[in-house]
Amino acid sequence: MALMRLTSPHAQGSRRTADLMRMVILATLPGLAVMTVFFGWGNLINVLWCSLLALGCEALVLKLRRKPVLFYLRDYSALVTGVLLGLSLPPFVPWWVSLVATGFAIVVAKHLYGGMGYNPFNPAMVGFALVLVSFPVAMTTHWAAPGALTGGSPGFFDTLAIIFGNGSAMEIDAYTMATALDVYKHEISHNTAAAVTANPLFGSFIALGWEWVNLAFLAGGLALLWQRVFTWHTPVSMLLALSAMSLIFGWDADRFVPLPLHLLAGATMLGAFFIATDPVTSAVSNKGKLVYGAGIGILVFVIRAWGGYPDAIAFSVLLMNFAAPLIDLYTQPRAYGHAQPKRGIKEAGE
Amino acid sequence: MRKLWHFHGGIHPEERKTCSNTHPIQPAGLPPRLIVPLQQHIGAPAKLLVSPGDKVLKGQKIGQAQGRISVCVHAPTSGTVTAIGLHPIPHPSGMLDTCVIIEPDGLEQWCPLTPCEDYATLTPAQLLERIREAGIAGMGGAGFPTEVKLHPPRYDKVNTLILNGVECEPYITADDRLMRERARDVVLGMEIMAYILTPGECIIGVEDNKPEAIAALKTAAKGTRIEIVTLPTKYPSGGEKQLVKILTGKEIPSGKIPADVGVMCQNVATATAVYQAITFGRPLISRITTLTGEHIAQPGNFDVLIGTPVNWLLAQVGHQSENTGRLIVGGPMMGFTLHDLTVPITKTTNCLLAASQRELPAPPPAQACIRCGMCEQACPAELLPQQLYWFAKAEEFAKAEHHNLFDCIECGACAFVCPSSIPLVQYYRVAKGKIRQLTQEQEKADHARERFENRQARMAREAEEKEARRRERAEAAAQAQVSKREQTTTEGSQDKSAQIQAALERVSAKKNPDNDVSRNTAVAAEASQPPPDLESLKKKLLRAQDKYDKMAAALEDAKQHNSDRVEALESATVSSREALAKIQAELAAHPEHKATNVATPPQGPDIEVLTQQLHKAEEKLQLMLATLDDAKANKPETVEKIERAIEKNRERVAAARQALSEARNLGNNETAQPPAVHSRNAVKESP
Repeated sequence: MALMRLTSPHAQGSRRTADLMRMVILATLPGLAVMTVFFGWGNLINVLWCSLLALGCEALVLKLRRKPVLFYLRDYSALVTGVLLGLSLPPFVPWWVSLVATGFAIVVAKHLYGGMGYNPFNPAMVGFALVLVSFPVAMTTHWAAPGALTGGSPGFFDTLAIIFGNGSAMEIDAYTMATALDVYKHEISHNTAAAVTANPLFGSFIALGWEWVNLAFLAGGLALLWQRVFTWHTPVSMLLALSAMSLIFGWDADRFVPLPLHLLAGATMLGAFFIATDPVTSAVSNKGKLVYGAGIGILVFVIRAWGGYPDAIAFSVLLMNFAAPLIDLYTQPRAYGHAQPKRGIKEAGE
Repeated sequence: MRKLWHFHGGIHPEERKTCSNTHPIQPAGLPPRLIVPLQQHIGAPAKLLVSPGDKVLKGQKIGQAQGRISVCVHAPTSGTVTAIGLHPIPHPSGMLDTCVIIEPDGLEQWCPLTPCEDYATLTPAQLLERIREAGIAGMGGAGFPTEVKLHPPRYDKVNTLILNGVECEPYITADDRLMRERARDVVLGMEIMAYILTPGECIIGVEDNKPEAIAALKTAAKGTRIEIVTLPTKYPSGGEKQLVKILTGKEIPSGKIPADVGVMCQNVATATAVYQAITFGRPLISRITTLTGEHIAQPGNFDVLIGTPVNWLLAQVGHQSENTGRLIVGGPMMGFTLHDLTVPITKTTNCLLAASQRELPAPPPAQACIRCGMCEQACPAELLPQQLYWFAKAEEFAKAEHHNLFDCIECGACAFVCPSSIPLVQYYRVAKGKIRQLTQEQEKADHARERFENRQARMAREAEEKEARRRERAEAAAQAQVSKREQTTTEGSQDKSAQIQAALERVSAKKNPDNDVSRNTAVAAEASQPPPDLESLKKKLLRAQDKYDKMAAALEDAKQHNSDRVEALESATVSSREALAKIQAELAAHPEHKATNVATPPQGPDIEVLTQQLHKAEEKLQLMLATLDDAKANKPETVEKIERAIEKNRERVAAARQALSEARNLGNNETAQPPAVHSRNAVKESP
């Protein structure tokens, strides 16, 4: 047998890209489970539906691009996009909204930009933002009310019927409710904090159901951090920036959403640990990730406090995706043996 | 306890050192043939001292160090030189190099050695010379001549002398066993180095996965000032830059060497070689090599003669050659694969790794880079490997250099952790190679351009000088003539002289109306000389006129094309015009010419002159036409201007022709106008 002629290094670590993706998917499961407990089957069905769509779209585009389909499907990256979309979309959103979001995420945001590793924007967030601006009604009125407030969430098949079109509008109304962030944002303009939070939607702790969902995502995120799937820089700086903004500008609970609600309602933890940490679209160096995460945190607060949307993860992440290449230029680490880190970009011929 | 610093990144690959470090070092034995390359070190190859058929003794010098950076090469055993020629050597490229093939006689007969019981009786310079003569080059892998390294540039003070016993690569245990079994040699070798360098402190750095070696060194170093420092195990702690950082907290500036921060690193095996060379006078003719990997039946460490063929050595330890995936020289992180097993062991071969497919499987196909940043967290040079990968792949070399590509030490940590199995180090090697190549080409091109520009300048200068010399000569000749004529003036007839004066006045009135009197007199004086041959003068005039015309045309051409030759041409044209005027004056002053002039009716213009004028105008026209063609092709904006000039010139030609024919009608001494000129011009003018 001929000897292999390869260049060093000859040894390789055992962790593969697919392993990373699988770990990310597994880490979302606690959050998904808590969502199902509090808000019914909607998110689980969405996750499955979006995953199916994501894999289907991925396979289709790979086939069209004449790439080895199985080789790329096995990296689980499409599955991650599908799962994240399923978690982000409102639980009772109609099936075709998920279809548009996932199709756009995989086909346009991912593959038209070159596919895995080449997309400048987080595909799941591109899909989410598209349907959010295109179908605002479906995207804002299909949030599930906590089951505790409606005398129980609809059953699995009822939910299936609602999502796939056989449920009547009356039936949907019975199970949906604006999110806590939405309610607070709109009622605080003509009410006191105490009056707003008297709404049973805020429960006894922070926001009924949402606080546990966020804590579950936080737990999943910490597990990924422990497994070194990503570094602490992005999520920590994002959460710190959001907290700082909230304490500096939004300290008055009678005018702004208070800090606990910022951190533990809405998609904050999902965004911090599962969306902002997408390596392809974030800044690369540790220093860069600090800037990138802080940018997201600041934008989340700005949009939530002064913008038109109750939640803002998707827009903030997309805006910082734009900025990531620029951040990279100015946050190079100081290399060994150099007194100063290098900055900017050297033009050819300089 | 010494304070230790950290370096960024690093990895913890599976060590697999116990395969080979459990048995003592064994002698590998005497192979039937030794292949000794003349270059086993960085620098110039040694100069061959033997020829085929020579008998050599063990330790006899067969290659003499030549040049500043070089070391000697010695016969590893006694025997006969059977051949000298190109033979494959252990090199990533699989290249051939000059090797001395020695057939051992089995007697192991040493050549006379010059031992030294106490190194302190020798001066540092003498010690360094002995180290060079003993052929010692860094045995950690790079093979830099030890004597050169022990001379820091500018004799910088070395504050910290470090012996590198880290051996952070997986599998390799040669230094581990050496430190366990020959700790005393290591310590004594270091003392010799310390005597040469007089450093402030002496440290031996060893990773904490070698407790036996640490214990042995501590025992051996008792009573000396050598400090044994235990480092946490992490790859690549044994890299020179990383080791310096860990032990001293200093970073070697980019592009510099440790001596620049007052530190020097030497390998532990090099220290033992120094000890052997100084104390016993033994040159470096053997080394300890680890033979390991799943496909070696009896892995371990062996004392191998330099030049032992790899295939013979592998056969001694039960190598199963049929299933070996790769055979690596060095470790799995930075070693290179062999494909020709006839290569010899050299001074830098610290390990041979015969790995099975299972332990080092072929890499899976590379996936897309998802910029996960694992490489960045692992990079000991604190680079951004994922960015370097993009730049290398896109051949954006300026950006890659800006991202400190050349600070990459190719340790392989990035590729080791890459979840997408991208051969990152290979990309960096290719990019570095291409940048070096481009730099060389750029330098070459710059040199060529500089050479060309210098040549142009030189040629212009030479032409100018030549012209100046020519002018000087002409002036000198003219003056000589003047003085000669002055002597003979009185002999000239009064009548003739009066005639000349009249003719001269007429001519100068016609040609140079503003000529001053002094000049006229000078010409008169000239004219009174015994006249040169009229024909030759006429020829000279034609030549001068022709030259002047060409000059003028070239000048115009140069002006039109913004050439940088304008200045040179201008001065040349001026001098050419002067020469022409002079010859014309001379000719006009010529008695015979004057005679013909007188013979022709004075009111009739000179046909000769007119013909020449016509010639001149026609030639100019041709040149202009050529320029026009050129302009049409290259500079459309100047076409109109040139066309106008041509029109004017045509008128001039027509006028000249008219004048000539009139003159011909007037004068009877018509010379035949070559019709070819007319027809040629007609053809030329037609477009």
